[in-house]
Amino acid sequence: MTSLSGNTETQPSPGLAAEPVPAEELPVIPVRHPGRWVGAAVIAVLLAMLVHSLVVNPNWQWDYVQGYFTYHAILGGILVTLELTVLAMVLGIVGGVVLAVMRLSPNPIVVSAAWVYTWFFRGTPVLVQLLFWGFIARLYPELSLGIPFGPRFVTVDSNTLISTFTAAVLGLGLNEAAYMSEIVRAGILSVDHGQGEAAAALGMRRLQTMRRIVLPQAMRVIVPPTGNETISMLKTTSLVVVLALGDLLGVAALIYGGNFKQIPLLVMASLWYLIMTSVLSVIQYYVERRFARGSSRALPPTPIQRIRTRLRGGSNGATHRPPTSPVAVRHEGGAAL
Amino acid sequence: MTSDLTPDTASDTASDTASDDMVPDTTSAAGPAQPAQPGGEHMVSADDVHKSFGAVHVLKGISLRVRRGEVMCLIGPSGSGKSTFLRCINHLEKVDAGSLRVDGELVGYRRHAGRLHELRESEIARKRAEIGMVFQHFNLFPHMSALQNIIEAPIRVKREPRAEVTERAHRLLERVGLADKAGAYPKQLSGGQQQRVAIARALAMRPKLMLFDEPTSALDPELVGEVLDVMRDLAAEGMTMVVVTHEMGFAREVGDSLVFMDAGVVVETGRPRDVLANPQHERTASFLSKVL
Repeated sequence: MTSLSGNTETQPSPGLAAEPVPAEELPVIPVRHPGRWVGAAVIAVLLAMLVHSLVVNPNWQWDYVQGYFTYHAILGGILVTLELTVLAMVLGIVGGVVLAVMRLSPNPIVVSAAWVYTWFFRGTPVLVQLLFWGFIARLYPELSLGIPFGPRFVTVDSNTLISTFTAAVLGLGLNEAAYMSEIVRAGILSVDHGQGEAAAALGMRRLQTMRRIVLPQAMRVIVPPTGNETISMLKTTSLVVVLALGDLLGVAALIYGGNFKQIPLLVMASLWYLIMTSVLSVIQYYVERRFARGSSRALPPTPIQRIRTRLRGGSNGATHRPPTSPVAVRHEGGAAL
Repeated sequence: MTSDLTPDTASDTASDTASDDMVPDTTSAAGPAQPAQPGGEHMVSADDVHKSFGAVHVLKGISLRVRRGEVMCLIGPSGSGKSTFLRCINHLEKVDAGSLRVDGELVGYRRHAGRLHELRESEIARKRAEIGMVFQHFNLFPHMSALQNIIEAPIRVKREPRAEVTERAHRLLERVGLADKAGAYPKQLSGGQQQRVAIARALAMRPKLMLFDEPTSALDPELVGEVLDVMRDLAAEGMTMVVVTHEMGFAREVGDSLVFMDAGVVVETGRPRDVLANPQHERTASFLSKVL
């Protein structure tokens, strides 16, 4: 970055003068950024204050945080949190795709049904929905399979069929489906209209076209917000504490209910949530990168590649790019001299 | 990647004379011998076809006949309704009034006991599968390779065995001069190459009629020739084609008939040479003076 050596490799365009002028070697002075130093100083002071308080304030009780971090009940709670996240998201994504396709159907009845579903599940708090599923037995003590208004073939106790865990998955998943349907719908609408026409002209049916042609192309738009929803879901699962289900926060609450060590246990839970969402963020990044394939010829760099470039490229962090035209650069350099 | 044009672009002038001899008289009933067809001698028969988009009356009574094996070119200013008429033929647009028949059968309706019943989606799809269509913007499926683009519909729609379809797809790619591009994705192909894949994709369904909606309008000028060559070969093989185009040279050389449309009506019909050289209507003459 300190000289312009290597410019001679740049090919002059054939329309210009035939003789390439050999490049002079001139030092380049990068732009100074004094504001960055002031900002860095302010942030450094604030950071020092934070670290100081974390160390000095005994109420953090770091020994308890550490002690409970890998406690077996906590690890069990983490497992429940992860299971809930995965199952609720699977239910949400499948339901979301079905609802989105329904919303775009030519059948007005189907469109209305999907619209009402989204209206209801998006319009009531997920906490209320969770409680409803938890208390479903109060509403319908028995669930039956049979002919509507006619004989019943099988009847089961609601509490047996819908355990607390099932209630949590249903509550979170059905709510998520309403949000996912909007994401999937946006993805479907982002696909060029001509794609559906080309498929129709080949004799493909509507659902066939959706599955084979439109949805695969919609994925690029659908994947990023879905990753976002998954991270959001991981945290939303903590609401199942109202169903007394032993998820991460539930177990932590149970423990501090007994020993009154609220702060260290909440810190411990927060750290675990941070670790899990961080892992999900990394996964999301690579999934997005994968779906970018085919849409652009060169893939964006991975974070590790970017850090490497930045370390090599110097302090300004700009992309390492050689000057495009030796003539132009030399002209500017000449003016500065 | 874009530099490898097909070798057959060189044969531009050679095929001129060949196809010249094949042009049948528009008024004669000839055409490739296909006896006992349900639609008689006509592949497309339009009688007083009307179409409106909201308050805009786009087609104001179109009546046309396309014989089997005929290449009909539709020309006219933008907004004249030529693309809309083309899209009506395979029911991408619904006709408001009039009668439109393809191979003797009404488009979009079934006649039963003196009434017209609208066709179900599956019936419309089955009829579309018999008509190939090539779009201005190619509309290849970007997430599939050239080969996958071609074999998709024969496998999914006609339920033909994959091995058989794949072999046919390779032959079609060879025919359009892209034998080495089977694995290439649309993004990696030039416009002309994409359009040739699109033609191969339509041909893979073994259509009885091919519709071309301004197939070369989105192409760089130097790529137009390679697409027209493929279409010229297709015409020489006796395919029935309706071509919306601005390529007057193509219309003159390959077209059996030329239709000039303006403001939703057919202004003039005739042999391409006659219409282009000696237009009978003032509107035709004025349009041609701008484009020729």
